[in-house]
Amino acid sequence: MSSASSSPLASFLRVLGLVRKESLQIARDPSSYLIAGLLPLVLLFLFGYGVSLDLRRVDIGVVVEQTTPEAESLITAFRNSPYFRVRVARNRRQFEDELVAGRLKGLVVLASDFADRLGEGGTAPIQVIVDGAEPNTAGLVSFYVQGVWATWLADEAVSRTGLAARTPAARISIEPRYWFNAELRSQNFLVPGSIAIIMSLIGTLLTALVVAREWERGTMEGLMATPISRAEFLLGKLLPYFFMGMVAMGLAATAAVLLFAVPFRGSVLALVGVSAAFLLAMLPLGLLISTLTRNQFAASQAALIAAFLPAFELSGFIFEIDSMPAAIRAITYVLPARYFVPCLQTLFLAGDVAEVLIPNTLALTAIATVLFLLLARATRMRLE
Amino acid sequence: MAERVIALIVKELLALWRDRKSRLILIVPPIFQMLVFSFAATEEAKNVRIVVLNRDSGTASRDLLARFEGSRTFTRIDHLGSDAELARAIDSRQALMALHIPPDFSREVSAGRPAKVQLVLDGRRSNAAQLVAGYSASIIDAYGADLPRKQDAPRPASVVVARTWFNPNLLSTWHSVPSLVAILTTLMGLVVTALSVARERELGTFEQLLVSPLSPAEIIVGKTAPALLVGISEATVMILVGVFAFHIPLHGSLPLLYGAMVVYLLAVIGVGLFISALSKTQQQAILGAFVFMVPAMLLSGFASPIENMPDWLQYVSYANPIRYFMVIVKGIFLKDMPAAVAIGYLWPMAIIAAVTLSAATWLFRRRME
Repeated sequence: MSSASSSPLASFLRVLGLVRKESLQIARDPSSYLIAGLLPLVLLFLFGYGVSLDLRRVDIGVVVEQTTPEAESLITAFRNSPYFRVRVARNRRQFEDELVAGRLKGLVVLASDFADRLGEGGTAPIQVIVDGAEPNTAGLVSFYVQGVWATWLADEAVSRTGLAARTPAARISIEPRYWFNAELRSQNFLVPGSIAIIMSLIGTLLTALVVAREWERGTMEGLMATPISRAEFLLGKLLPYFFMGMVAMGLAATAAVLLFAVPFRGSVLALVGVSAAFLLAMLPLGLLISTLTRNQFAASQAALIAAFLPAFELSGFIFEIDSMPAAIRAITYVLPARYFVPCLQTLFLAGDVAEVLIPNTLALTAIATVLFLLLARATRMRLE
Repeated sequence: MAERVIALIVKELLALWRDRKSRLILIVPPIFQMLVFSFAATEEAKNVRIVVLNRDSGTASRDLLARFEGSRTFTRIDHLGSDAELARAIDSRQALMALHIPPDFSREVSAGRPAKVQLVLDGRRSNAAQLVAGYSASIIDAYGADLPRKQDAPRPASVVVARTWFNPNLLSTWHSVPSLVAILTTLMGLVVTALSVARERELGTFEQLLVSPLSPAEIIVGKTAPALLVGISEATVMILVGVFAFHIPLHGSLPLLYGAMVVYLLAVIGVGLFISALSKTQQQAILGAFVFMVPAMLLSGFASPIENMPDWLQYVSYANPIRYFMVIVKGIFLKDMPAAVAIGYLWPMAIIAAVTLSAATWLFRRRME
């Protein structure tokens, strides 16, 4: 090898040339603007509005077999509850079909002897049926029905029917305090978590295509004919996408605060540091997929499976990791998003908590190192 | 004409099958996803770590804590000594909840006065925290109810007992597996079609297709049928895995399920072909598929119920075919949904299929002239 091609300056110029080529390729393909600029915002928008765990009004049906003042009063209590949108019928048959169709999530049946059995303790004289096809909603519906029932029994029944109050004050009162998110807004933790998913997507999907594209189009051989080394090649491929990822990150974080009114209690410096560590783990994953598959179709599918779907399902963004079976919990340890999601939630809602940020950033750095080593091994600058 | 179309269908299937990597991609990931994600998509709270700050030295607090320790929800209960430790345990996410028992707890309980406990919960995970708070409240209430009462004390209020239909044990896999059948069918149907034309264009074989005697309509049919076959086979594998590996009951009619699947896949394939006709490279096609897939998945009712969305977004979701298919799949699996009810969800999908397929045909015609 001649001294000219191995000098640091020549190496720097080669990397610069590749970065320039890669950047031009990004800049001249309109779909890359879509990914870096529009996609993060659209996704954030969708996650912000579309995914919400705050139960709004659920459709339930109340069946009244015999109209009595007590039944009327209980229906009013259900109508006044902020959790239900109530429909009333005399016959349960029709509502049962609606439950099968999924249009009603629960049924409350007031049998004809409802008023007579009011005074009895034990099991309430109302029958409640919930739709188990959505277990989470089912649990919440029965929980809220119990709430409406207990309140009604305490207030309404006393004044309307002259029944003696049968709900004693609880022996032990419970004071729940929710730190960091006192108003219990699910957006406050879903929006920061969704940034991790958006970054997984941007970090891997684009890079998964770049090397595969060179192989598929035959331009890889052109690159091999140049004096570029393996490290230079990888650096040239990574730098433009790293820059693009950080810009998208900035956009998403700004939008989270300005559009979705999520508080940001940490420091920008910590956010930049953690995001950089995360991108350094995701970008080599994309390139590794690309290098191994050499086929854009396979690469895009692999990126979906290895990056996007796990980030969505296994990162703790929406489903609690602790609740998963042990084997699946073990899988989550190799996923970068698992470490990024708690960092983001903490930075946005709690602040710079070193006990959360440092171990997670170290884990991300370790994953990044392993992936870079694997990538260096897999990258061959020669034809086999 | 039929021969030409069949030849094209065979060619498409071979193109997918002969490539080892494409073949692998069609088989391994869906099964892997099914096995992993259906267990992951759980909204229960299990294996929860909590901390306790017990300032009370009496027996009442010890009895209460014994009930927490006996619960299977809490796998780890650590005892703390100070408020600062409590704050650190919550800040650092070591514990989802801290139970704080004040010094006068036992005294108040034995005097028959209302005692107090405080729960500090991590709002960064407010959904799980709420579940845990509800669960703790039921433990504490049960403890309170079992305390000896004075003679004149009123009886406790009657309790509402809810019956759960279609999924009596509220198993989350009964919800997630049928939902994943719908989602994975979509993914496969969409990606296979979105990439087929874009790949031909990128490799230059689209020109050959154009000089062949095939008409645009024939090309559309030739591209639709293989994707339909792939989608149906993928779905069949998923259904088998669901029934035999996950023991999800399949109560409803299979012909109805497959009928709905064909209508649904046609709607998705229409979208895929439209994206395919629009894009010049495979990268654009993949991105296009993504731009459709992600919102469609998020607004389908899988991750969170559609009723929780703002009203305007609920109207948008009426255009989303997964929304209907998800209800049908779950309905047929768990609820033995009758055809009369399923029709109510089928016709919107049929309309969406008609719209997307005609839009794709129109775009193809324009591109070919």
